[in-house]
Amino acid sequence: MSKLKPVLSAHWDDADSFTLEGYRRTGGYKAATKALDMEPDAVIQLIKDSGLRGRGGAGFPTGMKWGFIPQNDGKEHYLVVNADESEPGTCKDMPLLMANPHSLVEGIIIASYAIRANYAFIYLRGEVVHVYRRVQQAIEDAYAAGLLGKNIGGKGFDLELVLHAGAGAYICGEETALLDSLEGFRGQPRLRPPFPAIAGLYARPTVVNNVESIASVPAIVANGVEWFQAMGTEKSKGFTLYSLSGHVKNPGQFEAPLGITLRELLEMAGGMREGHSLKFWTPGGSSTPMFTQEHLDVPLDYEGVGAAGSMLGTKALQIFDETTCVVRAVLRWTEFYKHESCGKCTPCREGTWWLVQALKELEAGRGTSDDLDKLLDIVDNIAGRSFCALADGAASPIVSSMKYFREEYQHHLDIGGCPFDPVASTLFAGDLAGGRA
Amino acid sequence: MTTDVAVEMITVVIDGFEVTVPKGTLIIRAAEKLGIQIPRFCDHPLLAPAGACRQCLVDVEINGRAFPKPQASCTIPVEPNMIVKTQLTSAVAEKAQKGIMELLLINHPLDCPVCDKGGECPLQNQAMSTGRSETRFTGVKRTFEKPVNISSQVLLDRERCVLCARCTRFSEQIAGDPFITLNERGALQQVGIYEKDPFNSYFSGNTVQICPVGALTGASYRFRARPFDLVSTPSACEHCASGCALRTDVRRGKTLRRLAGDDASVNEEWNCDKGRWAFKYLSSKERVTNPLVRDEDGELREASWPEAIARAAAGLSGKRAGVLVGGRSTVEDAYGYSKFARVALETNDIDFRARPHTDEEAEFIASTVINLKTTYSDIDKADHVVLVHFEPEDESPIVFLRVYKQVRKRNLSVTTVAPFASRGSEKLGAKVVQSFDQVSDLTEKSIILVGERAAETPGLLSSISSHTTAKVAWIPRRSGERGAIEAGALGNLLPGGRPVGDASARVDIQSAWGVQSLPTELGRSTSQILTALNSEDGLEAIVIGGVDPSDISSDALGQLLNTFVVSLEISHSAVTAIADVVLPVSAVTEKTGTFLDWEGRPRNFDQAIEGTLTRSDVRILSMIADEMKKPISLPSVTAAAKEIASLGKWDGAKAQKPSAPSSKLSASGNQAILTSWRQLIDLGSLQAGEENLAGTARPTVAVISSQRASSLGVSNGDSIRISTERGSITLPAHIAAISEDSIWIPRNSQGSQAIAALGAAYGVLVTVVKA
Repeated sequence: MSKLKPVLSAHWDDADSFTLEGYRRTGGYKAATKALDMEPDAVIQLIKDSGLRGRGGAGFPTGMKWGFIPQNDGKEHYLVVNADESEPGTCKDMPLLMANPHSLVEGIIIASYAIRANYAFIYLRGEVVHVYRRVQQAIEDAYAAGLLGKNIGGKGFDLELVLHAGAGAYICGEETALLDSLEGFRGQPRLRPPFPAIAGLYARPTVVNNVESIASVPAIVANGVEWFQAMGTEKSKGFTLYSLSGHVKNPGQFEAPLGITLRELLEMAGGMREGHSLKFWTPGGSSTPMFTQEHLDVPLDYEGVGAAGSMLGTKALQIFDETTCVVRAVLRWTEFYKHESCGKCTPCREGTWWLVQALKELEAGRGTSDDLDKLLDIVDNIAGRSFCALADGAASPIVSSMKYFREEYQHHLDIGGCPFDPVASTLFAGDLAGGRA
Repeated sequence: MTTDVAVEMITVVIDGFEVTVPKGTLIIRAAEKLGIQIPRFCDHPLLAPAGACRQCLVDVEINGRAFPKPQASCTIPVEPNMIVKTQLTSAVAEKAQKGIMELLLINHPLDCPVCDKGGECPLQNQAMSTGRSETRFTGVKRTFEKPVNISSQVLLDRERCVLCARCTRFSEQIAGDPFITLNERGALQQVGIYEKDPFNSYFSGNTVQICPVGALTGASYRFRARPFDLVSTPSACEHCASGCALRTDVRRGKTLRRLAGDDASVNEEWNCDKGRWAFKYLSSKERVTNPLVRDEDGELREASWPEAIARAAAGLSGKRAGVLVGGRSTVEDAYGYSKFARVALETNDIDFRARPHTDEEAEFIASTVINLKTTYSDIDKADHVVLVHFEPEDESPIVFLRVYKQVRKRNLSVTTVAPFASRGSEKLGAKVVQSFDQVSDLTEKSIILVGERAAETPGLLSSISSHTTAKVAWIPRRSGERGAIEAGALGNLLPGGRPVGDASARVDIQSAWGVQSLPTELGRSTSQILTALNSEDGLEAIVIGGVDPSDISSDALGQLLNTFVVSLEISHSAVTAIADVVLPVSAVTEKTGTFLDWEGRPRNFDQAIEGTLTRSDVRILSMIADEMKKPISLPSVTAAAKEIASLGKWDGAKAQKPSAPSSKLSASGNQAILTSWRQLIDLGSLQAGEENLAGTARPTVAVISSQRASSLGVSNGDSIRISTERGSITLPAHIAAISEDSIWIPRNSQGSQAIAALGAAYGVLVTVVKA
């Protein structure tokens, strides 16, 4: 029996899954009606009891985050949904919003009601225009159906939902940078405290949640805590989207209970691409330290991955086979972090600038083993020294690749160049076989 | 109330030493109290924490739980049971700091030998203490085109910048001029201006001073000197009555730059661009270097000091003479003029006001100003600040910064009695009212800040004088005016605030000065003195120190033509050109002295340039008096200061308050009531030769209402002509919310010199037409 547990993705195959009718046909918006009949605090308690943890990467308990909002403080509260998905490898929120945008809208209604917010915002990565249009349509349809706006469903709850397109910055996925960007400033992380729960958007109490976290809420409200707790592991409850990409036969999103292993996921994805074997992989995007063959049976929940020395992150499993040069892959990621560093703090801004140059030298086979130690020492001066976690993410692939593949780095230096054929790792490698001089 | 609340104290342990500090103190500052210097760049005690440079990382433990990573000590306030380990006791903190320093230097050009900051550079110094001796970076440094003129006065070398955001935070948080921001991202992040809007803040120079590297430099000082060749002297600013502490840096007898000094109770650590950059007049070629006397054929020629003193004494002895002091004298010099008038010339005909003035104002000064005790700290505590014909950003910039600080911090309410909302008023969020009687919501915690221009509205000072609820402060524009009042350089006041009309006050001074009698008749004002020079039985001679007659009226210079003029001046001027005797006096950098700021707080300064041959006014006046055989016995500034201190303050009956009637003009058709004030950066004589500074002046425009604009058929930028019988000024129109019957122009800016061109600057009817 397949370990798949499609909830959010249950109806992605339906031709009209993204429409209001399609969503309603499969029970959509019933959870919202149910929640609006509850006390807001009871909704918060329900989510707390369910054990839902943030799906954006850090895994912070969602109900607890909602509970941090000071109630009856006479201030406007805001819900902000972080849809600025831009981590290399991470591709769960965009497909979810393409196929099932109403699950997010319904989750927003419930969450806003729970935290007493009358304004909610979706901060969407601006480049994905097709997703923007689809979510915009879903919001318009929800307004037309009386699911947003004044006196929702006749229950006396008002909610305005604004879709905001970001201008394309990875840092705006960091929640305080996102808030700055949403307010119209340059996206750079804010000093904390104050935390967003006390002074977030426009200095008002604000909850910032990931798309998948909020979209998971309606199913929990509809089916109850026991249903949700029956899935997953002891401290990582429920279902989630795992995204497999790279050298697998059938890449894509696989929704399963937390705690599934890569070995199981690979089976569902049809295995590695033909004739190749697994070399290394990231459990949750490029910012999470990489794993190798030996980690195939690590349970992919917050605790399991943490115990094995990485982070569950966004459950974006990038799979690389033996044709991939790890130095080259790490250089590409590092170039990404250099490009996306916001520039606010020294270690990230200057450090990523240096790391790219250092890795380019190593990839070209220039240097000695002392340079490998120097690389690790530079990373040690960057990780844990920066303003936000971006630089920590930049350090992860370097440290973890050096841990598992130091010989491969050394080999570059020994032969004075890269031993890999870069074409061999491409999807079109087979097409070129024999044709390449 | 605010000061009486007990502040909770917290004890923390830093590197094994206990220190007790007020709650809210940042770790980095608590460490300073112990003498532990944690390296830092973005941290600045007067700016909100940024945590951007990460140089100040330390290990922190609270209640036995250690933070897993080193923390930025500039962002974390102390807490009970906190244990901090800095680079001195934590290997992790030490390595973290060294790592950050190495990263800061990889993209820094290390061009210290040609950088203005070299020798006084926090980056250079801390690279010595915390950096590596050899670089491990062998790659390509980030480079930029250099430098960028972000204004005519400030240059930016982007590759030197460590992106600490001190400059951008200062501009936004302190000056309210967010004209510079950080642009781009990652290693390409850089300070920048909006495409066509330069950094024309009145306070831009502070960013140069607080830049912890050589990224921001002042155009006038760039490449001029090395810090270690400069001799620094603590100074006081002579440009306005704000009272800024300054530092004057001199190399081989020449002033090369001036910096804001630290005085927490006055200017904190800031000053304005005029105070920082307007000092070329000190070393101008126009300086008078030798005494001059007018010979038989009417030409001025150089003379020896004894000859010039003798000529002055001869021309003044036995004559009916008046004295114009000017508003820029030190207390000691003003005291010299005051005593010289009373003792040597036996007259009360003395006035320091070289600007439009009234008898009502003199009465206001004698009855009210001498008793005022309002200070900067009262602004910090005020519940409402009222500006009466006073534009702090233009006329006393540090007062502006102080009010703005409270506006930002606690939304202090501000009302301005002004024709329209200036840029400064807009930044303060001030409510604009047209007259003082429209001001409401005054309590005993409110403050009324009265500008010198209040004298231009008949009856206004009378009604302020009789106001009893709120605290009042009188803020003149010039640095010497408050001191001149204390020195008695006014027709109705003797030194120490003693009324001339009070016999016992005169006895006080008589006995202190050892003279038989003092003149009893109230003295003439500046304009009355000038008029008297040209009347039968009037005055026959005049002593003038540092007065530009065109500041008084367009007739003033002409009134000086047919009389014996003794001019004490630093530079050749319209007055020296017609004077009979010209005596060169020292400028502020060449002497010691004291200004009183608007609070009445003494601002002492030392001689920054030694060995010049010129002398302070008081010494020269003393020599003339000796020659006249009516000695005033003030051979030095020190002697004058001692004598002033020995006189003390008047504690007898106060002078009568003014009770002048108010009057109101009305304008119709193409007539308008003229209003104006001096902008901070304009044609003021102390700004002469400062072209870079002049480039940051605000545009010269005439402000009219939208109704007037439409009836004239002009829009923003179209030329309009403002005229009186005397002459006209043509300026671009700027449409704003000004009262319909008024027009505003800059009083003394390029193309808009109101007194010279129109014969008046305020409160007269002018004709406004499309040009």
